[in-house]
Amino acid sequence: MKYARFTFLLVTVFALLLAACAPAAPEPAPAPANPALILATTTSTQDSGLLDVLVPLFEGQTGYVVQTVAVGTGAALKMGEEGNADVLLVHAPAAEKALMEAGFGKDRFLVMHNDFVIVGPASDPAGIKGAGTSVEALQKIADAGANFITRGDDSGTHKMELSLWGKTAADPNGQAWYVDSGQGMGATLTIASEKQGYTLTDRATYLANKENLELEILVEGDAALLNVYHVITVNPDKWPKSNYEGALAFANFVTGAEAQELIGEFGVDQFGQSLFFPDADKTDADLGLE
Amino acid sequence: MIFDAEVFQITLLSLQISALATGLSLLIGLPFGTLLALGKFPGRSFLLSMVNTGMGLPPVVVGLFVAMMLWRSGPLGDLKLIYTPTAIIIAQVVISFPVVTGLTAAALQALDPRLRLQLYGLGASLTQMVWMLWREARLPLLAALMAGFGSVISEVGASMMVGGNIRYQTRVLTTAIVLETGKGHFDIAIALGVLLLAITFLVNWALTWIQQRGARR
Repeated sequence: MKYARFTFLLVTVFALLLAACAPAAPEPAPAPANPALILATTTSTQDSGLLDVLVPLFEGQTGYVVQTVAVGTGAALKMGEEGNADVLLVHAPAAEKALMEAGFGKDRFLVMHNDFVIVGPASDPAGIKGAGTSVEALQKIADAGANFITRGDDSGTHKMELSLWGKTAADPNGQAWYVDSGQGMGATLTIASEKQGYTLTDRATYLANKENLELEILVEGDAALLNVYHVITVNPDKWPKSNYEGALAFANFVTGAEAQELIGEFGVDQFGQSLFFPDADKTDADLGLE
Repeated sequence: MIFDAEVFQITLLSLQISALATGLSLLIGLPFGTLLALGKFPGRSFLLSMVNTGMGLPPVVVGLFVAMMLWRSGPLGDLKLIYTPTAIIIAQVVISFPVVTGLTAAALQALDPRLRLQLYGLGASLTQMVWMLWREARLPLLAALMAGFGSVISEVGASMMVGGNIRYQTRVLTTAIVLETGKGHFDIAIALGVLLLAITFLVNWALTWIQQRGARR
């Protein structure tokens, strides 16, 4: 009887071990010398599902194994600066430029853009629907003292929002109606929906979460709301351990014809509209960046 | 933002929420654990297994469950509790009450069964007997309390999900650490982490002091 109990324990442990080992990943064809590649990117590319389309294709074609870390743009840039990532896919042009100037990035290519929209409850308590510009809309929200949920996490979206507030006459900081969620876009949208407040979001994340939200797009199409993504390879001169070959391969892949086409088509079948617009053949100036 | 008014507010909120949650867990877990340890009724060992499993409940799962209950679309949505400190307390009670219950049951079962017989023999009432057993097991019971507090002050998944990490309202130390890490402010994140550890240490030090004073008596 004593042994029966021990055997039972042994079998349980083995079963657990087997379960842990079970899902063996399919081996891609020709593996590069250093296959591990760390991609630091923003939550918006991950949450929208775009990376789930691009990354497996890249892995299949090249044999690299991509470890995607989806964080705010602030953290993604910091990861590049501290050599904790090999390649970055981010959307904060001013901060990206600073990174390049400090020598932490080696190559930087334009990849795509999507746009921001201001969403809020259908009842629209601040009456922003039909406002000409996003700045005007924010001013109305401030004047009405309606709930506005901010990411507050130094992400690209948060930085965009702050620059818009900077153009209004209002100072939202410390106001009771200015709710600082300190979380990613998906969670912030949920909070906005629950609190029936406004927030600034990228269109892709909003559409991907739309069915769970009681929020509508109230302001869109403003030129100031463009969200431009660049891919940046981390400079191997600063961080010799970084996988520069893999980073460059990924940068060439996302700006290549096949990936660009996929980017343009992504989301059309599900949402009836493109979520991202491929821009590899354009320049920063075409999109109104310096 | 190191050691300014906001950090003080966040720290105080963390302590208040976790202390209240631990207190409530004790209120439920101590009697329930005692019942499981001493009672004889069908399904007792099944309940005990449930409680022991609950000791390892992943906070994010608890957070998701409590959030689904409290969202406006959820069954308790009318209470408007989501993204309030109360919501975090509810989730933390769910996390720490199995810990307190399970360790209470274990502590009482570790007592010599002849002690109960002796107390009965001396004519103790049920209340008197339970009180004596609690006194006898006070060292492991305090350990149960410490484990319960430790499980909630350090948890981030549930606080993030049901609290929302809203500044000045539901931002606690652990969620602030996640936020600062996400911003790339590793220095502030580490400082907050040290603060969290220091507070956990102070609380446990106080409880251990009480426990060991009890041990000497």
